[in-house]
Amino acid sequence: MAEISQIVESAYEETAQPRLRRLRERFLYYLPAILVAVSVLVVWELVVRVFNIQQFLLPRPSAILDAFLAETQLFVTRGGSILFEAAGATLWSAVGGFAIGGGAGILIALVTARWTIISQALMPFAIAANSVPIIAFAPITNNWFGLTNPASKMAIVAIIVFFPVMINTVRGLTLVEPRQLELMQSYAASPFKILRALRIPNALPYIFSALRVASALSVIGAVVAEFFGGPRATLGVFITQVASSFDFARAWTGIIMASLIGIGFYLLVLFVERRLMPWHVSFRDGG
Amino acid sequence: MAQATTTAPVIAAQSINKIFKPGSAEQVVALQDINLTVQAGEFVSLIGPSGCGKSTLLRLIADLIPPTSGDLKVNNKTPHQARLDRDYGMVFQAATLYDWRTVSKNVQLPLEIMGYPAAQRKARAQEMLELVELGKFANHYPWQLSGGMQQRVAIARALAFEPSLLLMDEPFGALDEFTRERMNMELLRIWQRTGITVIFVTHSIPEAVFLSSRVVVMSPRPGRITRVIDIDLPYPRVFETRELPRFFELVTDVREHLRDAHGG
Repeated sequence: MAEISQIVESAYEETAQPRLRRLRERFLYYLPAILVAVSVLVVWELVVRVFNIQQFLLPRPSAILDAFLAETQLFVTRGGSILFEAAGATLWSAVGGFAIGGGAGILIALVTARWTIISQALMPFAIAANSVPIIAFAPITNNWFGLTNPASKMAIVAIIVFFPVMINTVRGLTLVEPRQLELMQSYAASPFKILRALRIPNALPYIFSALRVASALSVIGAVVAEFFGGPRATLGVFITQVASSFDFARAWTGIIMASLIGIGFYLLVLFVERRLMPWHVSFRDGG
Repeated sequence: MAQATTTAPVIAAQSINKIFKPGSAEQVVALQDINLTVQAGEFVSLIGPSGCGKSTLLRLIADLIPPTSGDLKVNNKTPHQARLDRDYGMVFQAATLYDWRTVSKNVQLPLEIMGYPAAQRKARAQEMLELVELGKFANHYPWQLSGGMQQRVAIARALAFEPSLLLMDEPFGALDEFTRERMNMELLRIWQRTGITVIFVTHSIPEAVFLSSRVVVMSPRPGRITRVIDIDLPYPRVFETRELPRFFELVTDVREHLRDAHGG
């Protein structure tokens, strides 16, 4: 019996298309997560209906979905939906701030890692600054750049992104295995070649783990900065305005849009990470 | 000039002392009055218990640390100049491969640093991988290889730029006995084919005897050379060499000197 099932199994392995099998494995891998998501939505819907919860406390998922579809329809048919316009504006603030803050963080880390004295002088301040709630500066940057200028939100996002990226990059550039450095010394490698061939590849996992966190932070930063005021077509302003006019299902569409942007941005960074570091431990299994 | 460098010994160490943290309470005399000469083409093992300074001596030769006093010449130059001239290749106890590079790219690393053109790098890496019998694994990543295979890649990398001297710091210490014996055979084959000079640090007596033309016995605290034993086993050394009566005599000889050095 056991032999027969083995033969059947190996025959299946040979004939089944590897692509199809991979898809099936993927599906089985994500199945528990999908089930959790579906059951949370079902329970949410039921609880709201059964206990007759007021919609300003918690709208039904179906109501939120209806509002979302209505906005989508507006966007598709008339080419104008405040929700989608707001999403675009917030995305722009988040991505712009992410690029500026992340780029500056990596650049300054490269410079300071080259001159250790500077990095030793700067690191305590960077670590301290990293634990400051930078979002509290949003009213200040609103004053600096103007309430409706996207630069005021980008500035906040850039500062939020800058510190974790810079700190992690410095760590990745300096926390190199001593043996690997000695290997480079044995080749009489110049500091620049050590940077390029050893320190930067060594730092990549550190940089990307910071960028992944920063991608989520940048959307949070942009939306919260918009809570302090900004153009009408931004997610933060949209959510506060429709919530104050008791249109809670629509407010939730704003929240969901912000979540989608955050998740999408995170997945994009993850995708780039996988393309750039196919060797990395975390991708070896199930990748 | 060329004549002078061919006749000069590869290693000439005179009255070398190495003291870590001199003058402090934790001062350690790692090496005391080391005198050692190694001629071109020799295979010399440094053997001794932990703390006898055998790795320290290797690192002095490699110019990874400076001696406290004494005169050390590598290829008739200061160790620093020898390092700048890329006179030696080094193999550590851990393979120390770069995870982000394929096997071939790892072997190419020193060639890249030294500015070889890309085509030559690739060809040379393949040649070296064939030498350590890993030609089929050029495009694998290090984590896809076993410990023994990784160490062979490290050897290929150390030989890639054709240094005249190979420094090996317990390269097979982390391998199982069976793999280690196979690696020993392979290393001897490479040594005989290339004519390279090898300084080999180990704490395995049979390994030292099997591989070497000379075994340097060291003792700890302070690290000193207590005895240099010529290994007169016939070449080529094969698997059966380990079963020769002379092999056992030499192993016993080294062991007794190690025990004397250890003070009983």
